[in-house]
Amino acid sequence: MPEYSDDVIKKVLGSVKTIAIVGVSASEAKPSHFVMKYMQGKRYRCIPVNPGLAGKTLLGETVYPDLKSIPFPVDMVDIFRNSEAAGQVSDDAVAIGAKVVWMQLGVVNAAAAARAESAGLTVIMDRCPKMEYSRFSGEFGWVGRNSRIIDNRRKILGAGRAALARDAIGKGKGTL
Amino acid sequence: MNMQGTKLADYGFNTLSVHAGAAPDPTTGARATPIYQTTSYVFDDVDHAASLFGLQQFGNIYTRIGNPTQAVLEERVAALEGGTAALAAASGHGAQLLCFHSLMQPGDEFIASRQLYGGSVNQFGQAFKNFGWNVKWADGRDPESFRRLVHAKTKAIFIESIANPGGVVIDIEAISAVAREAGIPLIVDNTLATPYLVRPIEWGADIVLHSMTKFLGGHGNSIGGMIVDAGTFDWSRTKKYPMLSEPCPSYHGIKMHETFGDMAFAITCRVLGLRDLGPAISPFNAYLLLTGIETLPLRMQKHCENARAVAQHLSRHPKVSWVSYANLPNDPCYGLAQTYCPKGAGAVFTFGVRGGYEAGVKLVNSVKLFSHLANVGDTRSLIIHPASTTHRQLTDDQKTHAGAGPDVVRVSIGIEDVADIISDLDQGLAA
Repeated sequence: MPEYSDDVIKKVLGSVKTIAIVGVSASEAKPSHFVMKYMQGKRYRCIPVNPGLAGKTLLGETVYPDLKSIPFPVDMVDIFRNSEAAGQVSDDAVAIGAKVVWMQLGVVNAAAAARAESAGLTVIMDRCPKMEYSRFSGEFGWVGRNSRIIDNRRKILGAGRAALARDAIGKGKGTL
Repeated sequence: MNMQGTKLADYGFNTLSVHAGAAPDPTTGARATPIYQTTSYVFDDVDHAASLFGLQQFGNIYTRIGNPTQAVLEERVAALEGGTAALAAASGHGAQLLCFHSLMQPGDEFIASRQLYGGSVNQFGQAFKNFGWNVKWADGRDPESFRRLVHAKTKAIFIESIANPGGVVIDIEAISAVAREAGIPLIVDNTLATPYLVRPIEWGADIVLHSMTKFLGGHGNSIGGMIVDAGTFDWSRTKKYPMLSEPCPSYHGIKMHETFGDMAFAITCRVLGLRDLGPAISPFNAYLLLTGIETLPLRMQKHCENARAVAQHLSRHPKVSWVSYANLPNDPCYGLAQTYCPKGAGAVFTFGVRGGYEAGVKLVNSVKLFSHLANVGDTRSLIIHPASTTHRQLTDDQKTHAGAGPDVVRVSIGIEDVADIISDLDQGLAA
């Protein structure tokens, strides 16, 4: 599993505002659907990408067939595809000017990550943004998750993206 | 960052004992963890409620499923054990029920060491039989005896790290190799050792269980159990564990392992086990246990130091025929104790009194400082004669296998002055 410092992940989640979710499912039972709904609840704008659902509406947002069809900029691309397919999606993320490529738990494509990083993007692999957000916000503790965080200040809990951004900036880490 | 959390990379054990899982209360800033003595929690709106019930979002619904005080306790123990997540239950027995409920279907089997707490022997051999869950008994001192019992219906192996009542140290790594080869999880009851002495996940355990009633809580004031998920087992590799790998009808078809990954077992025990079977811990007990854990390392040091001195004393006592304590150099478990628990072999051990059953009864009736009761892991020194009490229901054969023969006396050495503990046993043995 790749290693990332808490600060790097916190900076990503505290700075991005728009997230394209590639491979999102229309099924409420699927993790990709959970993630989109959860991140919307934390005040991120989530753009669903799935060629099979293109043109339909999912959780209030229009579904696009691919990243290049999204007619406005996105900050982060979250990839729910297998590791091989993630390579092309990551390259597309570079092409559309995203700042962050995020590959889900179990998804690792080191070559694509190197290309994205050399283009100046931040890359996170083999992680879930919902889990990471829950970990930093303290919500994960509600289900007995070992957050590996000790904090001597009040937790921000469900306060949303802006609070995490303030938290990251407050520690002098700034935005991306 | 290692999300598996198998090493104490970030903080030391003492720090985690005091801090893990706790933070100042978000609303009031209270530094000690508050007792959230409430049954229920308001929803922001209908959509929030739907997300919580659908498991799409984590949050509090009803204290039978989770409670914020309990949650701090869960994260604390998960951190101390190096697991990914944990679930508290009303008792150690409740934790075992929830654990096996997630693994077993009627007709399935699991293999357990014979060297177990008498209450577990009863639960596995009697109560579980009514669910069609069948236990096969192996010898905890012989890893090969587990291998011989594995077949297609075997769903798990269960051992204690330091076995009650005899203080036998079990070769966790060797038995974990058997479990791995069989493609089944190894469950380790770590009650008597606590993570201060043994961290079973580092030796290959997939699930760690506790009766927190004992050394974790440590003060003899609260019953509680815990399930720790190591996050190591691949529940979806086969269809042996349908509650984890297959679509769940009561949660609109989600698959627990697919959705919750390395904490799927803890979540399954909570949202399918605790929700439907109900052995929830009370918030007040969770608070007392949490407070107890803050001093776990200090207490365990003292418990072990006192126990070693008492065991040494008894091993030279004319009225004592043998002492089973793994920290004594001539004990058969001495080598394993040096490997698995170099800081000490715990504070619960047995010894044999000359004069058999009657002598055992006489000793427990004569002590003045020791409390005669059916618990271990209290600050107070405790004594019991298992053959006449905890292991009374077992057959003579089971008693002997469980280390509870007629001359056996079990002690749990407290944190009093060791001279007082020794002099009480001396006067009791002289009576």
